[in-house]
Amino acid sequence: MSYIDIVPIGKIEEATLISLKHSLFQTFKIQTRIRNRPIDLSPVYDPIRNQYNSSGLLVQLINDLAPETMKILGVTEVDLFIPIFTFLFGEAQLNGPGALVSAHRLRNPFYGIPENEEMFKNRLLKESIHELGHTFGLIHCFTLRCVMNTSTYVEEIDQKSADFCSACEKEILRWRNGNLTD
Amino acid sequence: MDQQKVSILIVDDEFSVRDSLYNWFKVEGYRVDTAENGTEALKKLQEGPWDIALLDIKMPGMDGIELQKHIKRIDKTLVIIFITAFATVDTAVEAMKDGAFDYISKPVDPDKLSVLIRNAVNHRRLVAENIQLKQKVEELSLQDEIVGESPQVKKIQELIEVVAQTDATVLIRGESGTGKELVAQAIHAKSNRRYFPIISINCGSLAEGLLESELFGHERGAFTGAQYKRKGKLEMANGGTIFFDEIGNISAKMQMDLLRVIETKQFTPLGSNKIINVDFRVIAATNTDLEKEVAEKNFREDFYYRLNVFSIQIPPLRERTADIPLLAYYFLGKYAKSMNKKVTDISSEAMKILAQYEWPGNIRELRNTVERALVVVGKKDRIEPEDLNLHTLSKQDSTEIESLEDLEKAHIQRILERNNGNISKSAEMLKIDRVTLYNKIKKYSLQR
Repeated sequence: MSYIDIVPIGKIEEATLISLKHSLFQTFKIQTRIRNRPIDLSPVYDPIRNQYNSSGLLVQLINDLAPETMKILGVTEVDLFIPIFTFLFGEAQLNGPGALVSAHRLRNPFYGIPENEEMFKNRLLKESIHELGHTFGLIHCFTLRCVMNTSTYVEEIDQKSADFCSACEKEILRWRNGNLTD
Repeated sequence: MDQQKVSILIVDDEFSVRDSLYNWFKVEGYRVDTAENGTEALKKLQEGPWDIALLDIKMPGMDGIELQKHIKRIDKTLVIIFITAFATVDTAVEAMKDGAFDYISKPVDPDKLSVLIRNAVNHRRLVAENIQLKQKVEELSLQDEIVGESPQVKKIQELIEVVAQTDATVLIRGESGTGKELVAQAIHAKSNRRYFPIISINCGSLAEGLLESELFGHERGAFTGAQYKRKGKLEMANGGTIFFDEIGNISAKMQMDLLRVIETKQFTPLGSNKIINVDFRVIAATNTDLEKEVAEKNFREDFYYRLNVFSIQIPPLRERTADIPLLAYYFLGKYAKSMNKKVTDISSEAMKILAQYEWPGNIRELRNTVERALVVVGKKDRIEPEDLNLHTLSKQDSTEIESLEDLEKAHIQRILERNNGNISKSAEMLKIDRVTLYNKIKKYSLQR
């Protein structure tokens, strides 16, 4: 049996993780589980930027993976960056096992508007599917409603759906047929 | 430009920057590669074409500014974007003066980078389109539409080559239908103004008030019926060439107005108080004896000298009969292609008729004759004498006139001959206005 592992990094509400687990299973048709792994945030923290280096976090996340872990998704509340960019919603390894998503800029209060829990959960789901999509070899898609359409600000996440377009869906299916036996 | 085919080269000495941008562009679907210094970048640029180069300004050895200079020698059209730390923004601005497309400061806002790359791709596409269009214009300007091997035509072609390289005003003279406008177009196409328009205006076919508004344009409400603001032809010709056909037929007031515009390169549209500056070359054409008109005070002497800087005289077709077969085959090929007909030849009997005919309407008449022949030729693969319809035209006063149009044509020709080609007198005698007469002369390819 192969799994998509969801790993909370820092404090994440359990209800949010459970909801995410069910939705990811519905999307990828691959068994999904929540796994706790020791991740140390202190070495990736940049005090000048007050942000956490995403690439360093991803390295820790994919270190020493369990044999049954096919893909691993880290979910965190901390604000992510890589040196060249001001921030990231998430990062993933194209065709690799690891993906990471930050909830920090997905919440309305970050932009000075009241919290909307439903909207936040939708954004987190879309970004999680998007980053995991990269690990299945998908690049950004031109179809506006496709979840693999690129998003560089939060309104763009709201505009797209949580579904793959037919072309991206086919790619996922091809990957599953070539890599899954059970 | 298809995003999948857009190629981006990232040049930065910091591995983390190269790696991050590489991954970012890779998932965006671009073809992407990296180089850690200027030398490696130049090697990759010489190996194949790239669309966009992202250059770090501060690099050990060759810095980004120096690298830009080397790149411009390899590929002038490559879009260069500088990645700069806050401290080197001034340097990046300087680099833009040397032709860089833009710069972006580290750390980069992902949204700004995304927009910048989209703009760069569009810019690259527009530059490529512009190059293609210019090549197309070059190709078209090389296509010589002035057909003929006779010494007279060769002389005209030489004159066109010479005068095209200057900005001198040209006066083209010749009978109706000899191809005066074609010569004007050839001069424009071979001149440095070829990427701008050539605007033609037939001065003889428009009533004075209308000609004024056509040339100068007008503001909304400038006169009854001027519901919208309209740009005049003088303004439309800015940067290019304006061609005044039938210049001998404009009124004394219009001669004065045009002389002022040609001298000052300034004018005011009707109903406006705004002066418009223009830059165009003037080519004029006429089949009127301007010297005679000047002597009779019908044409301003100063305007005549302003126009007659460089004169090209086009001979009538009857004076260069050697070109008739060449022209006939040229029009045959042109119209057979546009009509999708498989006619490739003209019989020797038909060619004999073409060569012996007087051609009062000159090349325009020959062109119309061949075009008409292609319509009536049916399924034959060559034009025969019966397809030409020249016997009725050459005997206009005979009993072979059948249609009302033939009768009208013959009558107008007779009146014109009786008045020595004088339009005003002929129009008066025919009880039609001058514009209508001009249109009929053109329609029937009549000789004045």
